[in-house]
Amino acid sequence: MNNETMQMERDFDFEIVMGLEVHVELHTKSKIFCGCTTEFGGDQNTHVCPVCLGLPGVLPVLNKQVVDYAMKAGLALNCEIAEFSKFDRKNYFYPDLPKAYQVSQYDLPIAKDGYLDIEVGGNPKRIGITRVHMEEDAGKLVHGGAANLAGAEYSMADYNRTGVPLIEIVSEPDIRSIEEAVAYLERLKAILEYTEVSDCKMEQGSLRCDANVSLRPWGQKEFGTKAELKNMNSFKALQRALEYEVERQAEILRDGGKILQETRMWDEAKGMTISLRSKEEAHDYRYFPEPDLVPLVISREWVDRVKATLPEMPHVRKERLVHTYGLPAYDAGIITGSKAMADYFDSACKAFGVDTPSGVEADDKAKERAKQISNYMMGELTRLLNASEFGYLNSPVTPENLVGLLQLLEAGTISTKIAKTVFEDMFATGKPAKAIVEEKGLVQISDEGAIASIVRDILTANPSVVADFKAGKEKAMGFLVGQAMKATKGKANPGLVNKLLKEELEKL
Amino acid sequence: MKLYTKKAHELHDLLVNKEISAAELVRAQAERIEAAEPKVQAFITRTLDDAMAQAAKVDAKIAAGEAIGPLEGIPMALKDNMCTDGVRTTCASKILHNFVPPYDATVVTKLKEAGAILMGKCNMDEFAMGSSTENSRFFATRNPWDIERVPGGSSGGSAAAVAAGQAVFTLGSDTGGSIRQPAAFCGVVGMKPTYGAVSRFGLVAFASSLDQIGPFTRDVRDNARVMNAIAGYDLKDSTSAPVDYPDYEALLGQSVKGWRIGLPKEYFGEGIDPEVKAVIEKAVKVLEGLGAEIGECSLPHTEYALPVYYLIAPAEASSNLARYDGVRYGYRSEEAPDLITMFKKTRAEGFGEEVKRRIMLGTYALSSGYYDAYYLKAQKVRTLIKGDFDQAYEKFDVLLSPTSPTVAFKFGDRTDNPLQMYLSDICTLSVNLAGIPALNINAGFANGLPVGLQLMGKAFDEAKLLQLAYAYEQATGCHSQTPDLGV
Repeated sequence: MNNETMQMERDFDFEIVMGLEVHVELHTKSKIFCGCTTEFGGDQNTHVCPVCLGLPGVLPVLNKQVVDYAMKAGLALNCEIAEFSKFDRKNYFYPDLPKAYQVSQYDLPIAKDGYLDIEVGGNPKRIGITRVHMEEDAGKLVHGGAANLAGAEYSMADYNRTGVPLIEIVSEPDIRSIEEAVAYLERLKAILEYTEVSDCKMEQGSLRCDANVSLRPWGQKEFGTKAELKNMNSFKALQRALEYEVERQAEILRDGGKILQETRMWDEAKGMTISLRSKEEAHDYRYFPEPDLVPLVISREWVDRVKATLPEMPHVRKERLVHTYGLPAYDAGIITGSKAMADYFDSACKAFGVDTPSGVEADDKAKERAKQISNYMMGELTRLLNASEFGYLNSPVTPENLVGLLQLLEAGTISTKIAKTVFEDMFATGKPAKAIVEEKGLVQISDEGAIASIVRDILTANPSVVADFKAGKEKAMGFLVGQAMKATKGKANPGLVNKLLKEELEKL
Repeated sequence: MKLYTKKAHELHDLLVNKEISAAELVRAQAERIEAAEPKVQAFITRTLDDAMAQAAKVDAKIAAGEAIGPLEGIPMALKDNMCTDGVRTTCASKILHNFVPPYDATVVTKLKEAGAILMGKCNMDEFAMGSSTENSRFFATRNPWDIERVPGGSSGGSAAAVAAGQAVFTLGSDTGGSIRQPAAFCGVVGMKPTYGAVSRFGLVAFASSLDQIGPFTRDVRDNARVMNAIAGYDLKDSTSAPVDYPDYEALLGQSVKGWRIGLPKEYFGEGIDPEVKAVIEKAVKVLEGLGAEIGECSLPHTEYALPVYYLIAPAEASSNLARYDGVRYGYRSEEAPDLITMFKKTRAEGFGEEVKRRIMLGTYALSSGYYDAYYLKAQKVRTLIKGDFDQAYEKFDVLLSPTSPTVAFKFGDRTDNPLQMYLSDICTLSVNLAGIPALNINAGFANGLPVGLQLMGKAFDEAKLLQLAYAYEQATGCHSQTPDLGV
């Protein structure tokens, strides 16, 4: 806990206790119990078959890829993989649920007892993962005649999403601040992206977050009564909803009131959480083992096979970048925060000939090059990507082309200043640096004779400035350099200009 | 020639020898259905047009000199809880009165591939819940041996159709005795295979962990023949068993000398009609005469089978039948101003009394706070019941009992007392709980009504049951009698 948060929490009269339940759509080709595509979108009710429509008589068949992915996520979250797990039916009526039960995992999930390390304000914290379980997604209702269910004249059901595989990741109630909640979700998203089990697109609903929130007086051991928050579909929504809910509960408690155990929904438009149902109205889901599926028995070999497919996890990768290339921890943290960005960095290092095995410290030259790559990524490239529809996965400037630019800089072929404009052109056109430099004639002038001649011309043309310089006005030097750069359209090697100007001035 | 009394294997020979054509056979079958239907009422839906088209294909094949399969061109019918692509599948319920599946059940696909010809869909107790077919939401089916009596249930239409000569064979489903008990009442052969031996894909679920599809036939050879066509592993059913399935028909005719047959004493005690008992005891003597060794055994947890069954089956049913909510297909109440009212009215109007009773029983058994005491406890006792059989099979090859404590009863006799109706299945429930196979054959008659004999085997020992039944049938000729409907 850094000083700032500590201060804030002291200022706040309650301790916040939170746990998150995150639903993640698995990026498999087909659904969890049938062969239908999981592709997002599509005309309504076109990605369906008798099985996912739950027609009378159909039976589920488990997609093995779903088990692999759920296991992979569980392993990435340091969970134990259950040798024996099973599916259960969660029974409730709703038009988007065609069987009127969701096949899920109740008491024997595929993975449990893991953890996730986060960092808030530079301080590490470990959040426990209670469980990871597999389940099927429901469909979607489309309301007619109004934007919401309230006021709608009719409703239509679209079952394209029905049966898309999900994992639900449940954390322990270890989260103590809104910052920690956001950091947890960010880190979880990064890890899942690393494992490539999900595309984690919150805007398409492939990552959805619920939160259990309660407050208690500082020092109290027992948890306060919790509210379960639903419908937070972005990081911003999570942050706002938690801020609202914490304040709502605090106000009730300050007035001596009691928190009701209930499910509340975040209303983005109204900026508030709204009660959905109380504990008394809570569903009795009547869970029981799904008799249409056999228990899932996972061998040690199967676990090992999946384990072997795990990539280097973000924190390991971050440490590698710090140790191998001497990158500042902050920079390494940002680069490894997304797998795409980290992969980009590694590809660029390779293209620059400085890729170094893990555990080995690179030499100074290689460190300098890696630093150049890191600086360009964290600065220009990220800025341009953020302002575009591209990302690190499909950046118009490839790692190889970025290195091409850095090589021209290193060789002194172009100046730092020119490099910046060249880079913008590269981003806009996708062309390599060399092509742009040649096309536009941007090669740095490093020919001493040519620069000396230009310098002499400038000195001749500006006798009064030369006089000022001689009189000790250092500023005059800057003007003369500027004139030289202007005369060469910025292409003159600035170091040479400086050196030759000094030489010529001394001659006068 | 009374084609409607012939067995599938006899008809196959007639077709191969060109003594009849498939078209003649189907036409004769249709006529027989027409003639018997006013008395028996076995069919919910008839599919004559498709049947004639299929028969023409079989005839073309025969004319071209091609070989035909053992069931090719044979008219058959299905219990109306097996999905048939393009043919209405109702489960004898108002809630599915207009449901036309867009796909075939695996057994339907297999029978189509075998060339069997579908004549129609048979009546049943609504969603297979019942023991008399009186719970059909459409009409009651009558027993061809005495039309004032029930055919048994829930596969009453399938059993009656075979007995009345309205189909050469039919398929039924058995969750607690729904093939064996009507087979007993109608005097036909009915097999409840091992759980997992016949795919359930496309069978509208009643209780998923108990349901099995099996054949009704007029003799044991036909039963083996149909089993050959429908048994086997199915990728679409995760509970289907990836084991080797034998050629059941080829194994018939072997001696049963030295086979050890156990008589579970709990199945011969109180509540068994003395006349039924007498017929069964006589049958046991016949088997003894064939060289089988008879001994008594005990299945000590038998008394718990009924309560265990009536917790597990309704629990699963309450979930399986939840999908009938009026949203996507089937019946929807017209008087529903909002969603919850639509759910409630649709289900209140769409389901019959017995179905609603079981949904409530099952919902209660699964409810929070009751689950451990009821459902979980029932599952534990189920394991004990299974254990009883495992122990018995250490000493015996096959167990033998009456299929039903009584012969077919009269309409209305038990409809006022559900518990009395549940007791009709007292001899058959344990078999489903244990997941083992059992076969009903006609043992003889009491007061002109068929008495069913139940043979129970180890898991995947269907071949043995068929062999023993075949030996009995050959020795007694018990399968040669057919009811006289006067039509």
